Amino acid sequence: MLKIKNLHVVVDGKEIIRGLNLEVKTGEVHAIMGPNGSGKSTLAYVLAGREGYEVTSGEIVYEGKDLLALSAEERACKGMFLAFQYPVEIPGVNNTYFLKAALNAVRKQRGEPELDAMDFLALVKEKLKVLHMDESLLQRAVNVGFSGGEKKRNEIFQMAIIEPRLAILDETDSGLDIDALKDVADGVNALRSKDRSMIVVTHYQRLLNYIIPDRVHVLDSGRIVKSGGSDLALHLEEEGYLWVRREAASA
Amino acid sequence: MTRAPEAVQHYLDQFASVAPTLPGEDVPWLKRSRASAIRRFSDVGFPTPRNEAWKYTRVTPIEKRRFSQPTTAPSVSPDSVERFHLAATDCHRLIFVDGQYAESLSSPGELPDGVVIERLARAIERFPEELASLLDDSGSGNAGCFGALNAAFMQDGAFIHLGKDAVVVDPIHLMFLASGKQNDIVSHPRVVILAERGSHAAIVESYVSLDECVYFNNVRTDIRVGTSACIEHYKLQQESRKAFHVSDLRVHQSAGSAFHSHSISFGGALVRNDIGVALDAEDALCTLNGLFLADGRQHVDYHTRIDHLKPSCTSKEFYKGILSGRARGVFNGVVYVHPGADRTDAQQTNNNLLLSKDAEIDTKPQLEIHADDVKCSHGATVGQLDEDMLFYLRSRGINESAARGLLVYGFARDVVDRIEISAIRNRLADTLLSRLPVDVQVKEIVG
Repeated sequence: MLKIKNLHVVVDGKEIIRGLNLEVKTGEVHAIMGPNGSGKSTLAYVLAGREGYEVTSGEIVYEGKDLLALSAEERACKGMFLAFQYPVEIPGVNNTYFLKAALNAVRKQRGEPELDAMDFLALVKEKLKVLHMDESLLQRAVNVGFSGGEKKRNEIFQMAIIEPRLAILDETDSGLDIDALKDVADGVNALRSKDRSMIVVTHYQRLLNYIIPDRVHVLDSGRIVKSGGSDLALHLEEEGYLWVRREAASA
Repeated sequence: MTRAPEAVQHYLDQFASVAPTLPGEDVPWLKRSRASAIRRFSDVGFPTPRNEAWKYTRVTPIEKRRFSQPTTAPSVSPDSVERFHLAATDCHRLIFVDGQYAESLSSPGELPDGVVIERLARAIERFPEELASLLDDSGSGNAGCFGALNAAFMQDGAFIHLGKDAVVVDPIHLMFLASGKQNDIVSHPRVVILAERGSHAAIVESYVSLDECVYFNNVRTDIRVGTSACIEHYKLQQESRKAFHVSDLRVHQSAGSAFHSHSISFGGALVRNDIGVALDAEDALCTLNGLFLADGRQHVDYHTRIDHLKPSCTSKEFYKGILSGRARGVFNGVVYVHPGADRTDAQQTNNNLLLSKDAEIDTKPQLEIHADDVKCSHGATVGQLDEDMLFYLRSRGINESAARGLLVYGFARDVVDRIEISAIRNRLADTLLSRLPVDVQVKEIVG
């Protein structure tokens, strides 16, 4: 599904990603862990197509195509989804029509007909239940006046509606209390399928108690310095990132 | 005696000819007031940029034209004004065409006890003494050029009197329509609203035109909000692109009263709005919301002033402007906390969106505090669309052009959403879609 080869990324004149390689197969869930400043969010943004991130070398192949040639909206329409670390507040733009526009843009690309208001509402109500979200959130402006937890739930709610092929969750666990964390994890787990891949970016192991990854990678200074199974996350939690650095230095 | 500048002389000559036809000719105080106002106008003349309050707004285009006040109104069919009604809402409606009351188009409707809604010209005949303190201008020397012109020439408008505890459920809609049958018409509408203790009403003043014609509206509205009374006031300016519009809204609030103002301006050749609120007793609350749009070579200017005169009052001001083309905008907002007005809570925000490199805004939020224990904040922004918001929308599959349009629409909609009356909210939402430079996809998305 996704193949990243020797990726180098420069932001504001500084090289943040420095030779990153990663392969995510269809149906797999990969966790990317790393200390602050290791390049986790940069990787998420580069995948989603944010402007201002300059790829100086390397390539990213998504479903056999050159991902870097696509705009952010084209990537979204082709099944990519980024759950933001800091979901953006958009005053005056209603959550419902925003979501309907997003869904219909993706459906159009898939060759599916647009959903009418009735079917859309039915779908929305079903997904709201899974995430224990109040229906009144739909009538508000996108993320405006939402608590930190509501914003994160809203990201996963959007993901549940859009049903992407590849989901990137950027620090979805940060700032969540335990109830919200469980709801979010339930929402994510409900979407796990053999046709869908996920990249879970996180600083802490906590989220991975609920979303069990197939592979765990440790990112440090813009490179993946260690990869392993889900037990690697537990090991990291006990030993800290310094352990990986020491190991990498002595290797 | 030296002759006044030509532009001023024009109005002096006009006054000499129309004064005998104006209402209240046989009401001594009003006659005196008009005479004193025209003298004051003659003394002050038109403001120049040397006058701080008019620094960014030149009125020479108004001076240059020879506007005249008609004495008869053209007839306008009910069908042609229907599109300006507040859809799906029962209203107490007074309609004025080119400044003159149109009885056949109006429907004041059934009113609760203790409520008077009357065209001003008739109110002057019915309640001359009551109106004296509200209309007599001979003592005031501070209203400036346009205030003086209005005081001298006012011909009609509305008098709304809400008696003690009176509640008017349906909105009161005052529509001022320019017929476009003739160019260079001036009207000086005057609206007086007197809300006694515990009364409540929503009043809509809308300024619209049938054609793209040149005319001048010089409006004055006075509102007295009595103890514990609540007034929602809407001013919707949606006129000809060639229209000139100057308005002055003066509000006086008593203890525990609430005043909510929504002022929306869709531009004209020159639009200037002054709003002044005096919080003159404890626990009064006022909110001022505003939105202005201007494109082409339009000019829109808002000057607001809130005086916190007594303790424990709250004011919340929220204004947004969207400018494109070579349009020019001005926002000047003063919040003045007077000595003794302790425990004042005042917030002021002005955010502006510039959609072209030639559009310009001068924004000047001013906070002056002369009291203790106050909670005051103010801020202004001027900018383009937010990149974070844009990326968020695009990352959800919404293409760049639609995303930009959606953000522009949302920026404006954020003000409109604060309006309580859904008929007005929906009407304005439609207008925003037709007026803003947004992609056709946006209409599908929000439609």
